[in-house]
Amino acid sequence: MLSYLVRRILQTVPIILAVAFLVFVMFSVIPGTFAASLSDDGRAIVDVTVVERMNKEFGLNDPLYVRFGKYVGQLAQFDLGMSFRTRQPVTKVLADRMWPTLQLSFAAMLFAIAIGVPLGFIAAMRSGSFVDTISMVVAVSGLSLPKFWLGLLLMYLFALVLGWLPSFGYGDGSLRYLILPSIALGVAPMALLARTTRAAVLDIMNADFVRTARAKGMSESRVVRWHLTRNALVLILTTVGLQFGTVIGQAVVVEKLFSWPGIGSLLVDSVTLRDIPVVQGAILAIVLFFLFVNTLVDVLCAVIDPRIKYT
Amino acid sequence: MKFGTNLMLGGALFAMVIIAGIFAPWLAHTDPVMAADLMYAEEPPGSAFWFGTDAQGRDIYSRVLYGARISLTVGIVSQLINTVIGVCLGLSAGYWGGWWDDFVNGLTNLMLAVPSLIFALAIMAILNPGLTSLLIALGLTNWSFTCRIARASALSLKSQGYVQAAKVLGYGDLRIMLTQLLPNMLGPIIVIGTLGMGGAVLAEATLSFLGLGIRPPFPSWGSMLSDAREQITTAPWISIFPGLAIFVTVLGLNLLGDGLRDILDPHSRSRRA
Amino acid sequence: MTTKPLLEVEHLRIDLAIGDARFAAVQDVSFTIMRGETLGLVGESGCGKSITALSLIGLLRPPLNLSGGAVRFDGQEIQNLPADEMRKLRGNRIAMIFQEPMTALNPLSTVGRQIAEMFVLHKGKSWAEAERLAIEALVSVRVPAPERRVKDYPHQLSGGMRQRVMIAIALACDPDLLLADEPTTALDVTVQAEILDLIKDLCAARGTAVLMISHDLGLIANMCQRVGVMYAGRIVEERAAEEIFQAPRHPYTNGLIASLPLLGARARHGRQRLKEIAGVVPPVAAFPQGCRFHPRCYAASETCRAVDPVETHLPQGGFVRCHHHV
Repeated sequence: MLSYLVRRILQTVPIILAVAFLVFVMFSVIPGTFAASLSDDGRAIVDVTVVERMNKEFGLNDPLYVRFGKYVGQLAQFDLGMSFRTRQPVTKVLADRMWPTLQLSFAAMLFAIAIGVPLGFIAAMRSGSFVDTISMVVAVSGLSLPKFWLGLLLMYLFALVLGWLPSFGYGDGSLRYLILPSIALGVAPMALLARTTRAAVLDIMNADFVRTARAKGMSESRVVRWHLTRNALVLILTTVGLQFGTVIGQAVVVEKLFSWPGIGSLLVDSVTLRDIPVVQGAILAIVLFFLFVNTLVDVLCAVIDPRIKYT
Repeated sequence: MKFGTNLMLGGALFAMVIIAGIFAPWLAHTDPVMAADLMYAEEPPGSAFWFGTDAQGRDIYSRVLYGARISLTVGIVSQLINTVIGVCLGLSAGYWGGWWDDFVNGLTNLMLAVPSLIFALAIMAILNPGLTSLLIALGLTNWSFTCRIARASALSLKSQGYVQAAKVLGYGDLRIMLTQLLPNMLGPIIVIGTLGMGGAVLAEATLSFLGLGIRPPFPSWGSMLSDAREQITTAPWISIFPGLAIFVTVLGLNLLGDGLRDILDPHSRSRRA
Repeated sequence: MTTKPLLEVEHLRIDLAIGDARFAAVQDVSFTIMRGETLGLVGESGCGKSITALSLIGLLRPPLNLSGGAVRFDGQEIQNLPADEMRKLRGNRIAMIFQEPMTALNPLSTVGRQIAEMFVLHKGKSWAEAERLAIEALVSVRVPAPERRVKDYPHQLSGGMRQRVMIAIALACDPDLLLADEPTTALDVTVQAEILDLIKDLCAARGTAVLMISHDLGLIANMCQRVGVMYAGRIVEERAAEEIFQAPRHPYTNGLIASLPLLGARARHGRQRLKEIAGVVPPVAAFPQGCRFHPRCYAASETCRAVDPVETHLPQGGFVRCHHHV
């Protein structure tokens, strides 16, 4: 078991390195430098000497391979460089933004699981009924809704018309601020989970071993609890893992819409401002989190399902 | 849902959007970009302006119609690029195996490790905003599913008798791949392509909403919504209609994809939900 | 013997619902099984053998349902038993084993636990006690190293071993009746014989009656005292095993026996093409008028096309359902 865990973690190392390389190369060929972009924006008038000084300060005049060598060296020490704009270490900037993003993603997934799994379960139990049809309509609609539009509608209804909840921002970090963005972010994974759960439960309900369980004289509720739930769980858990990653990616747009101070809105702002070290750092952080969750889910599945070999 | 309902409903919705896009110049009431009249800013929906007007006094109905052109172009073209990349890589990797297969596998794993929206966003960050950049960003970042399916079917098909027979007959690799393998994997690939198209439409709207896709004043549904946020208190209809258009388009494509899967790829039905 | 039969099935009817339409997938099926007796049900796939067995213990799932007839077990009518009464019977007094040893066991539970479940469910044992009994159950089905095997998951066992586990589960509570639905079809030929011997020995030792379902006439001949031949949802001939194989009365039975490859007498007459019955079993919704076998029957006449034959009881016991029975 431990060796399986270690192996799974080691497997992610080449991917992390490859992503780091990709991110570095992409943003090294970027046309236009940060300093030049300052004047582009028309926010500040920067003369040539300042541009020159900044390029020198950030080492932007060195050849590409020198810069990548330096970059990897820094990465190994968990140093992601300095923000061009705020001159703070990127790691610190990211650390400040990490918690709100985690909060938002977890809340969204919690919403998705709490609604999606029971919905799919009920739909499968009453397959072909009115309830089934309605939940599948809800599911396919949920998958088709643009998050930012859903967010806008929620904001309009619950914040502006009804005045129940704050319309945007992080506020004091209380739950009230979290509700609307996490619903906007959670509806799509909720829909997908409902569909996956329904399909998994239907699959298993017709499985031979469930028939065996009934032939043993097991009560229907026990069949559902003991045989059905556990077997469906593996499939559901895999989906939850994959969706968690997607949610972290999609959080970008929801954070931006709700002015949520997370990694996502940091990424968008930094892209607009061409603050390359922060962009690189934010992408790496998101990928790392994504890999972490997926590895965790794989390990959990291996614990539940003896067929997954530890070798 | 009854068999075929998905297909019919999805097809009808998607056809509606295509018609709106193609005939936009005839269906629209005004020019989507130029016809701004501040005298009529933020008019609510009515007989003159069916969907109301925006902060610049432009007719939202006309802008939504023209927006279909951008969404459909991006959705169809970028998904075509994805499909071609995915099929080429997956088919050749599955058929040839060896180091090429390892390489493609690694590349696919890399693509799967980065959320596709983040990847597209990064590409948009280094290119200039606009239609071409969107096609590149979305066309290069969503082929991993297609690739996996193509690889898996190539692997299972290549040991089949008729493929072996074609080899014995001296058919070239390329000919075998195109005439023997490809036709037998089209079903699932079309299904993934259709669903992916819905994803691409959503991604375009998202990037444009973030200001990294189509820039105003061009009428992309995403960028229209980005402007609308400012007026949500005074003119909520500006937010309603472009979003509804995205929803209808993506819903149509999703239903169409589900319906096609029921017909073309019935075995995987339960698996991929 | 004058004792009461263990199982009496009378005029069983199973409906298949397609949309609003109902079709009789099984119709007018009657048979009895005495204590300790083995009855075989034989026929091609799709003729209703398996669903007949499933219906006896209330395991039919929509779109199939038991819509008529009576099932009497040990003198008690059980076809309309409330769910939890039926549950006490199921597994405990009537057990069932299935065709697919690969999928019939839960992949996420150890085999020990799946056997132990029976003792917990029906005998009120604690899990610890039940786990110990599970080892004994594995010993009785001749699984080597049972103490280690109980901790294995199904995917770690071979097909034959899994079927032994299934038998251990089925016989755990000493049932009066075992429903064996193609128990060896999915296994290697060499393993088949071992499993059949095991079922035969264990049931004989415990006095368990068996309803053996198979499409394999050789197997049925070897295992059963009496045989019912099913075709298109009906029993077309039911007689003692020796009689039916020596002198089949129904053209379908005749066809089935003629299609067997024999190494004995017939082989000596030189090479012969195996005879086959032309055509296939019709789908439930398309059962023909008159005798259901007539489209494939060599002896079919006008009467067969128009009139549904009734059971003709034979003087030496058993019956045949044919206008032209030989």
